[in-house]
Amino acid sequence: MEVGLNHFLVVSTLLFSMGIYAIVTRKNAILVLMGIELILNSANINFIAFSRFGNFGLQGHLIALFVIVLAAAEAAIALAIVLNIYKTLSTVNIDEIDNLKD
Amino acid sequence: MTESVLINLSNAILFLPVLGFVVTLLLGKKIKSIYLFEVFILTIVLLASIVLAFGKLSYFPDDKITAEFEWFRLTDTFAIKLGFLIDNITVLMLFVVALISGLVHYFSIAYMKGDERYNRYFAYLGLFTFSMNGIVLTHSIIMMYMFWELVGLSSYLLIGFWFEKKSAADAGKKAFLVNRIGDTGMLIGILILYLTYHTFSFDQIFASISAGVLPFNSDFWLSVTGVLLFMGAIGKSAQFPLHVWLPDAMEGPTPVSALIHAATMVAAGVYLTIRIFGLLTADAMMFIAIIGMLSAFIPATIALTQNDIKKVLAYSTVSQLGYMVMALGVGAYKFAFFHLVTHAFFKACLFLGSGSVIHAMHHEQDIRNMGGLRKKMPLTYATFLISSLAVSGIPLTSGFLSKDGILASTFAFGSLTGYWIFAVVGLLVAMLTAFYMFRLVVITFHGEPRDHHKFEHAHESPFVMTMPLTVLAILSIFIFYTPNPVSAEQGWFLTKWIDSPEVHTPNSTRFDFMQSNIVEQASLSGHGEIMYSEQYTEAMHSAHYPAMFLSLFFAVLGILTAFTFYQWKKVNVDKLVASVKPLYNFSLNKWFFDEFYQKTFVAGLFGLSKIMYWFDSKIVDGIVNGSATVTHALSIFMGGFDKYVVDGLVNFMAYLSGFFGLLFRRVQTGKVQTYIVLVIFSIIIFFFFL
Repeated sequence: MEVGLNHFLVVSTLLFSMGIYAIVTRKNAILVLMGIELILNSANINFIAFSRFGNFGLQGHLIALFVIVLAAAEAAIALAIVLNIYKTLSTVNIDEIDNLKD
Repeated sequence: MTESVLINLSNAILFLPVLGFVVTLLLGKKIKSIYLFEVFILTIVLLASIVLAFGKLSYFPDDKITAEFEWFRLTDTFAIKLGFLIDNITVLMLFVVALISGLVHYFSIAYMKGDERYNRYFAYLGLFTFSMNGIVLTHSIIMMYMFWELVGLSSYLLIGFWFEKKSAADAGKKAFLVNRIGDTGMLIGILILYLTYHTFSFDQIFASISAGVLPFNSDFWLSVTGVLLFMGAIGKSAQFPLHVWLPDAMEGPTPVSALIHAATMVAAGVYLTIRIFGLLTADAMMFIAIIGMLSAFIPATIALTQNDIKKVLAYSTVSQLGYMVMALGVGAYKFAFFHLVTHAFFKACLFLGSGSVIHAMHHEQDIRNMGGLRKKMPLTYATFLISSLAVSGIPLTSGFLSKDGILASTFAFGSLTGYWIFAVVGLLVAMLTAFYMFRLVVITFHGEPRDHHKFEHAHESPFVMTMPLTVLAILSIFIFYTPNPVSAEQGWFLTKWIDSPEVHTPNSTRFDFMQSNIVEQASLSGHGEIMYSEQYTEAMHSAHYPAMFLSLFFAVLGILTAFTFYQWKKVNVDKLVASVKPLYNFSLNKWFFDEFYQKTFVAGLFGLSKIMYWFDSKIVDGIVNGSATVTHALSIFMGGFDKYVVDGLVNFMAYLSGFFGLLFRRVQTGKVQTYIVLVIFSIIIFFFFL
């Protein structure tokens, strides 16, 4: 069985859905961040897949690399925010952080 | 002597009394003797008027001197001009006014002594003299109207001078209101004149009439204009329908009655008629003659029975004014003015004489309480007698000359036109006049005193009071008017001093005898036309002696009757009165004129006022109140609408916002994950629908 574009897209969709699920259901802020990483990586798979099958040259690879860098930077900043939240509110449980309501 | 001197003198005569009025009024309360200033001013005015009359009559006997200046201008074509018209009649009239005014000032010094408003009285006299001089000097009908109202005002002030008395205040009011009626007619006449000729000046109006311009292009309207202007004279000269104010005006101080209500102001009506004589048509003159005849006859019959010394004289005044007006109506222009002058002197003398009597009797006016005063007051008696003879028309007096002239004119009028009624009534009135005047003289001065207490205290008046009486009595003698004691025709007064009248009406509207068929004379005079035809002169000539003898006969008959009744008591007067009781009461109650006017005009006015009041309170107020009610109801409705509909809408919107706010705040949980779920679902729905 030849592995084609659709297989990649299905994997990427599964990853994306798992990411969304993690973001929506996890109570721990760090797990939410991990969900975000999953979404970013599903996007990467899409880029690579389309690059490979869609005759776009190396543009897909380039953007995938760019997204990896961006994810690293985002993870650094987000973890710093989580640390600060923990310092301030002594918790990282998202259900208890509803200050935006006010 | 030049014309400008005359004009300056006229200015002085006109305006000096104003100075006297203002100074006396302003300083009256501070300086007790300021009245002497007013008296002094009048002395100067008197001298000036003598100089003016002398200058005019000797240097410019045939000239009409006019001077005018523009008072104010409203548009290019409408300007009011004031000015003088000085002819012989003007200067004679000015002299009469100044002389009588001056004498009345002297007389009042003693008569009014002790009055609390002494100085104010003299101030009012000054105001009156100013106004009267204005009427006499004016060259235009509008200026005459202004001064006309001013004399009305000063007359009102002086009649009501003792305004604490209700009767005096009422009399002043009555005089003022009754005069208004006549003045309204006069004003309408003036407006018609202005509408037609666009000028108020007598000369220009007459010139236009001569040129054939008539009001509304009709003879009829010219007659109407003449009658309307004459209405002013009816009011001011107390002629027949409006004569009721003059007897009541006797409530004023007696010298005022002499000055205003006998000699000068009431003669202003005659003076006005003389001034407008040129525009009177035959119809208008007929109207004037009839009014004059009625005014001569009715008051003469009333005077027969009056017991108040001043009332008798007042009715006599109305009657004599009626004579003058009748004379103007029958075309006896010269004699009307002649009678005006002679009457002014002897009637002023009579009034001042009655003032002297009233003063001596301590303000007793009822002749039934007098009697025998001849011995106590010889000088007053003598002057009173002379002027009574004059008013009765006995030879050697001035009154005989003028009255005889008027009667001769009515005779001539009768023979030329066939209307003899004026001559008959004239003679009858002459007899009545002689009778009531001598009834007055006999009851007051002859016989035995009836009130001994008052008689004991009676005394001859002081010099300042007897002097005017003497002067006026002397002026009632014929010699000042003509050298011939039985005829004034050739005397200097009628030939040299008074100009022949000019008539400007179209020939077709004149009496036949006033057609100008003397061409040479018309061209000689230079302006207007001399009115009398030869026919008229002849008729006058032939009427002269019959009229003279008849009038003399009737006058003597009247005097003898008076003596028979009251001096020799040959006839029992009380019995005679009892036998003609209704007639006597009719006369005593003044023909019930006051009651008649009260019942008709005054009551009618009150009725009209009531109707107006009803209309006002029911209809007008009803409309107002009705609209108020409607507005009120509408307001309530609007209020409800505002409260429930508009406010309701606003509140509903607010409520709706609140409701949606409550609804949507549920979504605002503050939990990021909820938001994300919403976002994702939104996007899915978004993509789904697109």
